[in-house]
Amino acid sequence: MKKLFALVLSLAMVFALVACGGNNGGTTNNGGTTNNGGATNDGDEGGETSAFADLKVGFIFLHDENSTYDLNFINGAKAACENLGVTNYVLKTNVPEGQECYDAAADLADDGCDIIFADSFGHEDFMIQAAKEFPEVQFCHSTGTKAHTEGLSNYHNAFASIYEGRYLAGIVAGMKLNEMIEAGEITADQAKIGYVGAFTYAEVVSGYTSFFLGARSVCPSATMEVTFTGSWYDETAEKEGAQKLINNGCVLVSQHADSMGAPTACETAGVPNVSYNGSTISACPNTYLISSRIDWTPYYEYAITAVAEGTEIAADWTGTLATGSVVLTDLNTDVAAEGTQEAIDAAIAALEDGTLHVFDTSTFTVGGETLTSYMADVDTDPDYTPDTEAIADGYFHESEYRSAPYFDLRIDGITLLDEAY
Amino acid sequence: MNKRQSRFYISKRTDLSWYAAWGIRGAAILLALVVCAVVTTLMTGENPISIYITIFEGAFGTARRTWITAQDLAILLGISLAVTPAFKMRFWNIGAEGQVLIGGLATTACMICLADKFSNGMVILCMIVASIAAGALWGFLPAFFKAKWNTNETLFTLMMNYIATQLAAYYIIVWEVPKGAGKIGIINQSTEIGWLPQIGNQYLLSIIVVAVLTGAMYIYLSKSKHGYEIAVVGESQRTASYAGIKVERVIIRTMVLSGAICGLMGLLLVGSINHTLTTTVVDSRGFTAVMVSWLAKFNPIAMIFTSLLLVVLSRGASEISSNFGLNHSFSDILTGIILFFIIGCEFFITYKINLRKSAEKEA
Repeated sequence: MKKLFALVLSLAMVFALVACGGNNGGTTNNGGTTNNGGATNDGDEGGETSAFADLKVGFIFLHDENSTYDLNFINGAKAACENLGVTNYVLKTNVPEGQECYDAAADLADDGCDIIFADSFGHEDFMIQAAKEFPEVQFCHSTGTKAHTEGLSNYHNAFASIYEGRYLAGIVAGMKLNEMIEAGEITADQAKIGYVGAFTYAEVVSGYTSFFLGARSVCPSATMEVTFTGSWYDETAEKEGAQKLINNGCVLVSQHADSMGAPTACETAGVPNVSYNGSTISACPNTYLISSRIDWTPYYEYAITAVAEGTEIAADWTGTLATGSVVLTDLNTDVAAEGTQEAIDAAIAALEDGTLHVFDTSTFTVGGETLTSYMADVDTDPDYTPDTEAIADGYFHESEYRSAPYFDLRIDGITLLDEAY
Repeated sequence: MNKRQSRFYISKRTDLSWYAAWGIRGAAILLALVVCAVVTTLMTGENPISIYITIFEGAFGTARRTWITAQDLAILLGISLAVTPAFKMRFWNIGAEGQVLIGGLATTACMICLADKFSNGMVILCMIVASIAAGALWGFLPAFFKAKWNTNETLFTLMMNYIATQLAAYYIIVWEVPKGAGKIGIINQSTEIGWLPQIGNQYLLSIIVVAVLTGAMYIYLSKSKHGYEIAVVGESQRTASYAGIKVERVIIRTMVLSGAICGLMGLLLVGSINHTLTTTVVDSRGFTAVMVSWLAKFNPIAMIFTSLLLVVLSRGASEISSNFGLNHSFSDILTGIILFFIIGCEFFITYKINLRKSAEKEA
């Protein structure tokens, strides 16, 4: 009997607890179940933001905030909505690059979203599929390549002139090399940079080339070796790639992949590292130099504002240093050479007034020759057909004919250790 | 004093009626929901009822969501049906992941390489044949080695998964667009060559195929001579050979069937649903299928419910994470709790816990 009584009592307690939980949650969470993170901004800016208050914005992300790549987009999305006073927005995370992306986009459109963003390259075709089905909804895809050939009025691509950020980060690297040469740690011809890339994709090629040109603009004897991992996120492969480069005699390493693999390998080996997509200073205080990244907030603000005001969104939008899309974060003055900040500022000024071009054809050669003409593969097709003349006025016009990078030249001074991917 | 005896002892149930068994299962699910509610309240401070409502809405909130849930259910159920005959034979096929992927790879190859050579109908015919053959081959190899040399099928099928993944990764690089992207993108997006026809809407084809398959598998396993042979081989290979069943033949035949159905699922995934290939297109459903099949005790009809449960939970998961700002891992915790109770309750269905008479007197 006693036992039964105890059982009944404990069950009653469990139910009571649940009931309490139910009540509490009900009062605090009233109405907050349909959107994310709104409410805080309510009524802040009065009537001015009413066009934004009526908007509903959807975001699709490949992973969640545990990925540095997606975190960069998530932060941009939240900041843009907060700045504009958009209270009604939905973040969908962990959306794979398959039919799930179309499903997520269509679901957001069903839900009444006026504009929908996706953040990963592989989402593109599925966003286009959704854009065709929902002509009244705007679809914006970061890093994609097809908007300018697809001819849909509600489908748009965006990127940023991140090659300029890479170039500036390269200057920081070059100055560090100079410092090492002057201190007698290495000789001038040992100034070899290592670079861990993901794929031989134009975005990566454009990235490491601009980084190298930046470094060589201050350290003329610099050379570079590049290795590829075949994955955008593979901590082990990136770590091993960085280690291989260090063993090959690289005295400074940078990377274009999303894990902490390369930075931690550098910290362990005591080799200076230039990071990407955000500062790694907390994990690598003794080797981290600087990081370049794309801030997506300006683009999100631009596109959402366009929808609110009923204006057209550009098929291709390229963020720049001037729009605040290309940013350098956290110069580590403990590791960087004297005068680095001044050199960066001078280069930014020259890039902005047009006296300096990253891909100036007088600063690099391909197969020993200076280029005067190059047909780039700007319009995406399965045969990689070169279709657009990219060199004019003495420099390669990157991110002008479409927002995503298309510089894929193999310039002299850079050795690719493998091209499997 | 007497030697201290436990107050409880366990005995095997012999006469549990079907409604009592389902009563225990129902109670287990209720209890699981209560525990989930407590965990939810303690860990996140959210209202558990609204979490449950959100899960339900994520799976069935709109017509589109219901269709997608049904389609996901169809694919998971299809893969579960594929592994079931092998499991019933005590052949531990954990290679469904690879068998589906290789079927998808074969489908992709036909869609890309034959698009400008044959008519649409011919391409689709090639896709069907190639995907089923590829899946069947991936099932045949471990079965053949098992039957001839008694190799360990668990390791063999597991390793075949990696081979399939690497093959897919290799061909994705070969077919990538644009160069260096590591992605194929939607295949034949403008011409739609090799896209399986839509029946009614884009979701229905897979659902119909798997519905037919479920009925067929039920009949095959419970009514056919093959099904009986599978059951006997599963009970005891020696009994089977003594009864004149050719055990080697049954093993190979059953695994070829398993692989072929997996290949068919690969065809649906690539040809009808995604129209592209990634190495993660199967999304671990080859392994989830193992659980679906076991939970349903290899009964194809019961599998409809076990796979529905898992699909609804995972579809609801993404809705929870976007509505409450909770990480996806939180819904994995809930799924874990629910599965723990469901699997645990089987113990109480098989066994009975008795109070000792003497202990009762003391109390």
